[in-house]
Amino acid sequence: MRKVASLSRLAITDEQVALYRHQLSDVLGYMERLRRLDLEGVEPLTHAGDTLNRMREDEVGAMLANEAAMGLSPERTGPFIKVPKVIGDGGGA
Amino acid sequence: MSASAIAAGVRNGDFSAVEVARGALERVEALNPALNAFIDVFREEAIARASEIDRARASGERLGPLAGVPVALKDNMCLSWGRTTCGSRMLARYRSPYTLTAGQRLIDAGAVVIGKANMDEFAMGSSGETSFFGATRNPHDHARVPGGSSSGSAAAVASGMVPVALGSDTGGSIRQPAGLCGIVGLKPTYGRVSRYGLVAYASSLDQIGPLGRTVEDCALVLEAIAGVDPNDGTTADMPGPALAGALDEPVEGPVIGVPRQAHDSHNHPGVVSALGGAIDAFVKMGARIVEVDLAHVAHGIAAYYLVASAEASSNLARFDGVRYGHRAALGPGEGLLDLYCRSRSEGFGPEVQRRIMLGTYALSSGYYDAYYNTALRVRRLIRRDYDAAFAPDEGTGAPACDAILMPSSPNPAFRLGEKSSDPLAMYLEDVYTVTVNLAGLPAITLPGTPTVVDGVALPLGVQLIGRAFDEARLLRLARMLEGAG
Repeated sequence: MRKVASLSRLAITDEQVALYRHQLSDVLGYMERLRRLDLEGVEPLTHAGDTLNRMREDEVGAMLANEAAMGLSPERTGPFIKVPKVIGDGGGA
Repeated sequence: MSASAIAAGVRNGDFSAVEVARGALERVEALNPALNAFIDVFREEAIARASEIDRARASGERLGPLAGVPVALKDNMCLSWGRTTCGSRMLARYRSPYTLTAGQRLIDAGAVVIGKANMDEFAMGSSGETSFFGATRNPHDHARVPGGSSSGSAAAVASGMVPVALGSDTGGSIRQPAGLCGIVGLKPTYGRVSRYGLVAYASSLDQIGPLGRTVEDCALVLEAIAGVDPNDGTTADMPGPALAGALDEPVEGPVIGVPRQAHDSHNHPGVVSALGGAIDAFVKMGARIVEVDLAHVAHGIAAYYLVASAEASSNLARFDGVRYGHRAALGPGEGLLDLYCRSRSEGFGPEVQRRIMLGTYALSSGYYDAYYNTALRVRRLIRRDYDAAFAPDEGTGAPACDAILMPSSPNPAFRLGEKSSDPLAMYLEDVYTVTVNLAGLPAITLPGTPTVVDGVALPLGVQLIGRAFDEARLLRLARMLEGAG
């Protein structure tokens, strides 16, 4: 449970570990029914649409002003987004 | 009053768009404290927009098909004003810098946005209870849920606050609440309506559609929002459905398929009679009812929750507390990883966390084949079941179905809190809706015969499922059933 939480980038409490383990075990137990199907030769279907992605011309269109996007950041210093130290102790995402 | 009657009245000058907007806002003010259908109401913006429409009419401009029609948008739809919260603490203060295509098309058609509708957090829920802004209540019984995840959209329409609303449907989030609130809800074919500006949950399944009180109103809204969009590469490059004139033309001798699997013994007795009532109505109109075998419906929930959660775990990875959204306050010695993990744990509620973890697990090394890939293969089998029902069977001589008829949920609206601590029980409420998204088909929920529970008449929905991109025929059949009831 802790491994999955960590891969999901979630910090969960001991109480949550117990609750989620119980609830997700129920759900995964239910999913086991899929394994009883004969899927020999059945190709995965990732997308219901029959058409491939359409490409558009690589032309400059309307776009957001820099400030409109940057202004959404919760913490800034001048033109930069502020984050904790990335390199060294305490960093390493 | 219906959306079509409002638009006609505004165009004819029977009443002004401002009068209509004021009426809607008064009703929201009176009813919303009890129902909690809206997260934000745009009083000033709505009156200003309505005044513009009245001015346009006064100066002789041609008004759009939705002139002056008050609408609510589910709060996972980005508008360039107000907040777009997605029902989450993560986005509780997020202000989108742009407007979604479907919303812009509604506005261009003359609609007046009254406010943003409450919803299950990130559209994950079947009851409206997972919203950070509190649960929405069912207008028919305030102790019961309105369904979800388009909970506020359904409650706002059912209580008459607005004639139509936009919702999004990833596994039934338009059709199930429409059924539980006694209104009409349409999920268009995947690719029919642009998803640009819709906060992504599961991108291969998400689709925007209308909720309204009549089939005609849903058709009117679909016509306004449908069509190719350069900003969404998955929108189909084909003409939109021409619906307006053709809606009242009945389908001659329609073939209606009823899946053997729709007669599940776990269905509430009211659901059984609502389905029976719809079958009888079609028979009286000269329809041929044929039994179809959607053999893999029983595996739909398992396949859907794996596929949707896997896509969600990837889509929601963007919420990292850095560029936008909630950021946790860090203590001394905490680093970047703490910022990610703590911002996400504080910002996401329990159901969103469960689905992110389920999806992460299903995609993780060693489990990918057993879970995610298996679910995708079952998805193909589900799609084949539908393809077979919509094609003539040369072996048995059975004709191709014009539509498939099913309930929209196995139970009427349940009590608030009844299923909220049991995720699996909640997921099983989606048994009749999820396979339609996995197959990418259009489907519409209509009010069926209500059922009386504890002395209260609770609505129940019946669902018609059509062929891909044949919303025109689906809506004509829906109009027939609506007219028969």
